[in-house]
Amino acid sequence: MKILNDYKAILIGASAGSLKIITNILTALPKDFTIPILIVQHRRNGADGIMAELLNDHSQLRVKEADEKEKIRAGTVYLAPPNYHLLLEPDLTLTLTIDERVNYARPSIDVLFETAAESCKEKIIGIICSGGNTDGAFGLQQIKLNKGITIVQNPETAEVKSMPLAAIQAANPDYILSPEEISSLLLTIHENQKSHEFEY
Amino acid sequence: MDSSKKIDAILEAETSTLDYLTESLLSVVFEKYGYDFRNYSKAHVKRRLLNRMRLSKLESISMLQHQIMHDSSFAIQFIKDLSISVTEMFRDPDFYLAFRDRVVPILKTWPYIKIWHAGCSTGEEVYSMAILLKEEGLYNRVQIYATDFNNDSIKQGKEGIYSVENIKKYARNYQASGAKGTFSDYYHAQYDSAIMAPSLKKNIVWANHNLVTDADFTETQVIVCRNVLIYFNKELQNKVHHLFNSSLVKGGLLCLGDKESLQFTDCSHNYEALSKKHKIFKKLYLQ
Ligand SMILES: C[S@@+](CC[C@H](N)C(=O)[O-])C[C@H]1O[C@@H](n2cnc3c(N)ncnc32)[C@H](O)[C@@H]1O
Repeated sequence: MKILNDYKAILIGASAGSLKIITNILTALPKDFTIPILIVQHRRNGADGIMAELLNDHSQLRVKEADEKEKIRAGTVYLAPPNYHLLLEPDLTLTLTIDERVNYARPSIDVLFETAAESCKEKIIGIICSGGNTDGAFGLQQIKLNKGITIVQNPETAEVKSMPLAAIQAANPDYILSPEEISSLLLTIHENQKSHEFEY
Repeated sequence: MDSSKKIDAILEAETSTLDYLTESLLSVVFEKYGYDFRNYSKAHVKRRLLNRMRLSKLESISMLQHQIMHDSSFAIQFIKDLSISVTEMFRDPDFYLAFRDRVVPILKTWPYIKIWHAGCSTGEEVYSMAILLKEEGLYNRVQIYATDFNNDSIKQGKEGIYSVENIKKYARNYQASGAKGTFSDYYHAQYDSAIMAPSLKKNIVWANHNLVTDADFTETQVIVCRNVLIYFNKELQNKVHHLFNSSLVKGGLLCLGDKESLQFTDCSHNYEALSKKHKIFKKLYLQ
């Protein structure tokens, strides 16, 4: 798989049973991590900004809820706010919308993944983690079609398997990895962002 | 140029061709049908457009454009695809609570109040406001202008008939909004429908208005425009804020959606925040 040296964003789609793996990944990444990270985590309705605070305490990166039309930056992790879809624009700003639910979810993983794939083509890395539905399968497929990097958490390691299984089936991802392997792949990609493209 | 750079260049060229096709499609929609989506959020437009192509089994943007040019009912469907009408009563109950707290005392000092709900969709937000104003003893002093660029939505708003299924959720929102009455007093249930009370409709005028292409409203005391500007790009947001600024009287109030702000606009210095959290702004007397 060819790894480029100018990825625009890493996307993480997470649902039931994902909080631990997100925490692990964010804990493993260094302060100067070069690629902005966008997370869609399904949450119960009425949940507030508490999750950003929680993750912020566990990470050297800055974790915040996404603001409408803010530009994404390195060293920062953006969470989709409850009850809004998160979209990535070609100029790397974020849009929040209240479109109807997709796969019963708002925010929906598919919405972020497919708009990011359209906006940044092959310069996107998409990761699907544990979850009990099929959200994200279509979006990951779109990233694959646009030649971005597609990663799915190994269902064997997932607390709830149906989301990773659906993503594997739909997207035939480049990597099926355990949480630790995901972190180390991201670190390898990070190390090489400032150098040349390479084979992994 | 090494080979990987060449491929990059080709990919980039292809991407910009796709963008070019989208732009040209939006120009056609504007020229033929008068709806200008050229400055809406690119990601939103692209997602809706690709979705329409998949649903209608069209394989290219050119085919979509052909269909839009030659089939006006298809074009209307496409325009609806881009105008998201999702709404509810007392959405973000905290906003209504803040409105009661911070705005109502100001309104009570004015003899006559003109309120403009811009992008009101099917009217749920407008009836929510009408209920609030009634409970605060202000309804007889207000004239509410409820506008949207979608005629079907306006028509539904005017009828004021909603599905009983949603009413349960709306009643919960209402309770959390600082309610002073009983929600079921404001509608009449019939089969699966809730028909809004005629006394709420009395002072509401429903009209078609397009924020992108139509003129301002003069001498308005309150503008409520929630969850509409998020669909626009920054330039268009800025333009519409100029329209709002020239529509509002000095000391008038601007209410935006929970995720919206004046931050990236050049009108921000014309306002002070009455409630930053609930996006309620007051136009300054001195500008
Ligand atoms: C997501 S709804 C928000 C409805 C309501 N304000 C709320 O917050 O629940 C957005 C509305 O904006 C309307 N809209 C979009 N573009 C518009 C324009 N250029 N002029 C007027 N209305 C527009 C749509 O038709 C739709 O009814």
